[in-house]
Amino acid sequence: MPDLMNSLYNLRLLDGLARKETPVHRMHPLVKVLVTLIFLVFVISFDRYEVIRLMPFFLYPVIIFMLSDIPAIPFLKRIVIAMPFVIGIGILNPLFDKQTLVISGVAVSGGWVSFFSILIKSVLTIAAGILLIATTGMDKIAAALRMLKIPKIFVLQLLLTYRYISILIEEVARTVRAYSLRAPMQKGIQRSAWGSLVGQLLIRTYDRGQRVYQAMCLRGFTGEYNTGNYARLKTGDYVHLLCWTLFFVIAKIYNIPLLIESMLKGVIR
Amino acid sequence: MHMADALISPAVGGTMLAATAGVAAYSVKKIQNDIDEKKIPLMGVMGAFVFAAQMINFSIAGTGSSGHLAGGMLLAVILGPYAGFLTMASVLFIQALFFADGGLLAFGCNVFNLGFYTCFIVYPLIYKRLMLKGINSGRIFGASVISSIVGLQLGAFSVVLETLLSGKTELPFSAFLMLMLPIHLAIGIVEGLITSAVVVFVWKARPEIIEASYNEKETIKRYSAEQENIGTYSPGKSCGNVPIKKVLVSLIIATIIIGGVLSWFASSNPDGLEWSILKVTGRMELETSNNESDTSSEIHDILSKIQEKTAFLPDYEFKADDSVMEKSGEVPVEEEAWPAVSPETSVSGIAGGALTLALCVFIGLIIGFVKKKKMREAA
Amino acid sequence: MSHHKLEFKNVHFTYPDGNKAINDVSFCIRHGESVGIIGANGAGKSTLLMLMMGIVFACQGEILVGDIHVTKKTLPMIRQRLGMVFQNPDDQLFMTTVYDDVAFGPRNYKMDEEDVVKKVNYALEVVGISHLKDRAPFKLSGGEKRSVSIATVLSMQPDILIMDEPTSSLDPKSRRKVINLLKSFEHTKVITSHDLDMVYEVCNRVIVLKDGRIMSDGSAGEILTNGGLLEECGLEIPLSLKSCPRCGSTIGRVQE
Repeated sequence: MPDLMNSLYNLRLLDGLARKETPVHRMHPLVKVLVTLIFLVFVISFDRYEVIRLMPFFLYPVIIFMLSDIPAIPFLKRIVIAMPFVIGIGILNPLFDKQTLVISGVAVSGGWVSFFSILIKSVLTIAAGILLIATTGMDKIAAALRMLKIPKIFVLQLLLTYRYISILIEEVARTVRAYSLRAPMQKGIQRSAWGSLVGQLLIRTYDRGQRVYQAMCLRGFTGEYNTGNYARLKTGDYVHLLCWTLFFVIAKIYNIPLLIESMLKGVIR
Repeated sequence: MHMADALISPAVGGTMLAATAGVAAYSVKKIQNDIDEKKIPLMGVMGAFVFAAQMINFSIAGTGSSGHLAGGMLLAVILGPYAGFLTMASVLFIQALFFADGGLLAFGCNVFNLGFYTCFIVYPLIYKRLMLKGINSGRIFGASVISSIVGLQLGAFSVVLETLLSGKTELPFSAFLMLMLPIHLAIGIVEGLITSAVVVFVWKARPEIIEASYNEKETIKRYSAEQENIGTYSPGKSCGNVPIKKVLVSLIIATIIIGGVLSWFASSNPDGLEWSILKVTGRMELETSNNESDTSSEIHDILSKIQEKTAFLPDYEFKADDSVMEKSGEVPVEEEAWPAVSPETSVSGIAGGALTLALCVFIGLIIGFVKKKKMREAA
Repeated sequence: MSHHKLEFKNVHFTYPDGNKAINDVSFCIRHGESVGIIGANGAGKSTLLMLMMGIVFACQGEILVGDIHVTKKTLPMIRQRLGMVFQNPDDQLFMTTVYDDVAFGPRNYKMDEEDVVKKVNYALEVVGISHLKDRAPFKLSGGEKRSVSIATVLSMQPDILIMDEPTSSLDPKSRRKVINLLKSFEHTKVITSHDLDMVYEVCNRVIVLKDGRIMSDGSAGEILTNGGLLEECGLEIPLSLKSCPRCGSTIGRVQE
């Protein structure tokens, strides 16, 4: 099934990207997580009609993107792929919000402005998420989670899920492929096979879970998850966190685009 | 079903994150105290399984379309509510992070919508109750279908509430509901059918898998006979009192703090919230956004008071009156006017906006240029 | 050195579904021995390994590791002495990097991180995979995965290495690598396998199982050339011991 193989490909791609060596990759994962979260909070804190004051926030994804050596087209593709649901809800705004705004002498529907705002916020938030994972990788994210005092058991479970996703995807893909080779006319799994096909997979997965549990116990697992020491935060990390946070705060409070425009006007005059 | 960041407000996102964190912490405690750690690798592989199984096309006879499995009910049945909830959370985490399926700040909302209702409301109140008299195919079928339908309806309703309280869309409450509920009814039916087919099959082939969490304490005793090793040397873990009170109290405190802090960010345009409240209380003042700034609105007053108190930069005020400039600072700061965006702002901002965007791109290009230069020098 | 001894005394084991998998098995494996356990599918090989590791417990009889009986209480000590490599490496590699997998064991025994680092590096070097330290398991080939599984066990420095089908599904080169690796280990080794040629190369003693009983227990050279015995147990003479298809000459002694 194309979906399955695409997911696998996506995971492998992101894993490969996360192993690169760039200034962004080398940054401490906790800092990256915090900056991303702070960025997200600020972006979505703007009200529904805000478009212009969101512009300075593009600086963050642009800088991170340029510094992190991520290929542009897959990056943009992923942003686009993630948009449909948001667009589906947002596109209804013009229908319901009939208030008109006058912009540059042109009357525009408020609904379109808010839709545009949603679009921009989507691009910014999705881009920030992709940049985070493409420069950090699951291991380091897990380390950041532990530093945030998320319970170890949850983090271990998360790592295990991530680890076995590729195996399960391959197993499901094999099973479905075998099915479709013997049912060429059908598009999906027919009802009579729902239970047995998925049920067998589930049972096999359950047994695998038992075996993994045994493997863990044989290596001394008693329910506690011990991790190594995690890297300490350096001054550079704190500075980085501070700088970006400061920038976001300033961009939120002051209307930077207007500033720029008035400066330009002043220069022109 | 997965909510995106762009559609929620920090207050809603933060509250749901806190709520999810609270439930998750409670679940972790439960797993540590009552259930042995055998569950953890099982949770891991089941999470991976649900993730992969969600991509299977289940063709629905007669309609030519296909359905998919969400998996919340299935996880609850196989793993029990606590482990099931945590597993669902990790599946959604990976989806949000690696596939941009659901936002990072919206993670709390999504886990709550897709995990909490199925694991903690529907599973104990509906599914288990229907199974009290014993397990058979018929009961599994009925219980699965009803549970899935109710679970998904609750989740869908939750999505509507969260979206509206965030105030980013114009969709009226009833229209949104009309949109979400019927769709999720159909999805729920399909989910129920798939879940029941799978559970029935597994129960017939390997009953202990289903019965394990259905009757946890008893099954642990039964199957932990000498033949089947629990595999671990548990040095007397106390089946403890889970300090529910503590967890609840911290949850409430966290919610208040987060909500309070984030209300500084709260949209100065809370008409989504107000609209719903107005509708509910019957004081129908149709939200047409053509109203003049109605600074006398009570709710808005309360919110601005909260914001005044919690804002740590008191110069900047979320005032609805667009004639108020901030008290200090040389630079003209544009206020958010509410509910209408003042025309002056819109006009003069656009050029600046375009310029700013161009500036960002320009900075990016410079970085790219410098990078390439460095690479050429190094080569 | 008695603690390197592994002993089964009249062991019986029946699965919950009634299948009597082990029927009065007794043997003693001493320090430094390299023992191959062979038999047809269903003969009880895997069950034997599970009994050794304490994954299941005997219904009757005793199992001793060193001088310690295998019981629930003694499991932690037993599992520090015995290291088991599973048949399917994906069941054994459950962390997201090779390093974390190899470090999992030592970390569970609450060692200092510096000790953990030393043990991990040692294990990786012995197996020859230090360059794979930060790889994700899904990026490894079958042979590499197998090597990593062995490393995950070696980092705990067990006395006895137990391996379930170590050369299954490996390509010839990886197989050769694993065989050379096993030959280089000085640990006491217990290996189950269908790869009788590997057993002949690596093991000096062979135990043949059939229907849960020991049919024969002796030197590898004697048993693996005993065509009649092997046939009876659902096996056959390994390729390297058969007569040459061209000239008909034989390498080992053939007992007819």
